[in-house]
Amino acid sequence: MLLVVLLAAAALFFHAVAALGVLRMPDFYTRLHAVAKAETLGVVLTAAALILSVGPSLLALKIGFVALFLFLANPTSTHAIGRAALRTGLRPWQREPVTGAPQGARDE
Amino acid sequence: MTPPALFLGMAAGLLVLVTAYLYRLAAGPTVFDRLLGLSGFGTTTTLIFLLIGAVYERLDMFVDVSLAYALLMFIGSLAAARYFERGGAGR
Repeated sequence: MLLVVLLAAAALFFHAVAALGVLRMPDFYTRLHAVAKAETLGVVLTAAALILSVGPSLLALKIGFVALFLFLANPTSTHAIGRAALRTGLRPWQREPVTGAPQGARDE
Repeated sequence: MTPPALFLGMAAGLLVLVTAYLYRLAAGPTVFDRLLGLSGFGTTTTLIFLLIGAVYERLDMFVDVSLAYALLMFIGSLAAARYFERGGAGR
């Protein structure tokens, strides 16, 4: 019971970190970094809290399967999006941009 | 065994946090920011499905829904990333 509450609190914390990173980070690649790691950990912690709550059963196995799928799929999709951005020429953010250079490709 | 108020509160917290991804989906400067917002939105919504199922004591039904939703979001995100890697419809 206490462990479930602790896992849920930790999961909510990491989800909040991911959402804050998406809101506040300065460019696309840093936002990608926030989502890829913090949110994956939040998914695994949420699923662990649910599994501990329902106890050992087929349902727990299914929740574990959803968590395993998201654990593999979330980094894969963020990697694909990041690679697509890099190949279309979106340039990473720098603290002191070169004078006259564009800050990065923007869509129309 | 766990009181459903815990999962209800967690689902409410995730519903608040999902607005960050919706903001990035609506206002992201590049098209890849929008894709990232869609991907994060899909992952968080899958978890909200699971938590709502735990609140309603019908988790055996909601877990199948969330698994199908996660699969659809993953395939869609990969397809959209591959499409915009080629330059989208403009080029």
